[in-house]
Amino acid sequence: MQGLDFTVVAPYWDLLLIGAWWTSVLTVSAGVLSFAFGILFAVIVLYAPAILAYPVRALMWVFMGTPLLLQLFLIYFGLVQVGIDIPALAAGIIGLGLHFAVYNADVIRAGIVAVDAGQTEGARSIGFGKWRTLRYVVIPQAIRNTAPPIGSNLIALLKESSIVSVIGIAELVHSAQLAISETFRPFEFYITAAALYYILNLVLEAALHRFERHVEVSR
Amino acid sequence: MDLSLMSRVFPFFVEAALVTLELTALALVLGLFAAALAAAARLSKSAILRAVGSVYVSLFRGTPCLIQLFVLYFGGPQVGINLDPFAAGVIGLGLNIGAYMAESIRGAVVAVDRGQTEAARTIGFSRLQTLRKVVLPQAARLMIRPLGVNTVALLKGSALVSTISVVELTYTAQRFIGSTYKPFEIFGVAALLYMAMVYAVARIVDMLDKRFAIA
Repeated sequence: MQGLDFTVVAPYWDLLLIGAWWTSVLTVSAGVLSFAFGILFAVIVLYAPAILAYPVRALMWVFMGTPLLLQLFLIYFGLVQVGIDIPALAAGIIGLGLHFAVYNADVIRAGIVAVDAGQTEGARSIGFGKWRTLRYVVIPQAIRNTAPPIGSNLIALLKESSIVSVIGIAELVHSAQLAISETFRPFEFYITAAALYYILNLVLEAALHRFERHVEVSR
Repeated sequence: MDLSLMSRVFPFFVEAALVTLELTALALVLGLFAAALAAAARLSKSAILRAVGSVYVSLFRGTPCLIQLFVLYFGGPQVGINLDPFAAGVIGLGLNIGAYMAESIRGAVVAVDRGQTEAARTIGFSRLQTLRKVVLPQAARLMIRPLGVNTVALLKGSALVSTISVVELTYTAQRFIGSTYKPFEIFGVAALLYMAMVYAVARIVDMLDKRFAIA
């Protein structure tokens, strides 16, 4: 048993901060992807012809029923098998983005269904087409009503993004592992990484809280 | 697609899936225990207990499960905690899901109408009697579904322990990829088994929810 000594972290502080920066980049880009595809999947499941809706439903079913880690392996190593060699960072963003898109789609779908039928009827009766009604009337209300669960999905995404370290993406966990391989001090570095995640988490929660209040006020 | 490979590896994967189930079950027991304690602490009158409960929930929910496992398994020996991978996996997953389950339990208890407590106290029930005979039976029904969601998350999250070399389903899949280079087939088999387990758990939760629903 060797004593704890957190001063070993100091020389690696820059490395850890770069890792935290890449964790943020991953979270934001996968978050944007998961939001856009969340809406797309929800609309497809609800309105598209069966030939499109069924494959998307199957995809959602598979993504909700299997671990994210397995999905990342499948995307990263599986695509190589069929001759598509994408960089790890892209595989990580796509994997995280699709995984959470499926959860967002589930929430948004319920949100769309919950928008009052009178809203659609009203829009149609003043001459809006089907698409314009969806785009300008139904979806904005559905998104606004489902903002809190979409926010929790984003918070989950931040934490789950740590998993992409297994396919070699240089984010926070990977930075910590690099430092540990030189210092053999796993406890100090993983605790420090945990503290950085905790701070990122607080920042994200505060930002979401402000955004939700803003949405409330503009209602 | 190499179907014969898939059928050849299938028996090994079933065995590995049993390890995943065992891990999940043990972590579930530990998690429920930790969650009950944490929820009780957060609902107690003592400010110190409330603070302890809140810190546990906040720390374990605010950091990635992967890091928690790494601190325990790789960092543990530095502070005198030497665990084998399986034990570290169970304890790490259990403590992590316990923090989420504590919120599910607390949410359900808080959701029971205040009038129930007030009425019980009025007719002479003590605080403990009120909790045991009036609040908890009603809260138990409300917590089945959220705890079920937590359990499904735990089952899928158990894949993480493959990173600390617990030989479960995901670890087994990775090992077979090393020897076959057929990620689609191998991960496909693993995915099927995960889905089967996830939907079995979801069905059990549905049944419990129906069984205890207010008629």
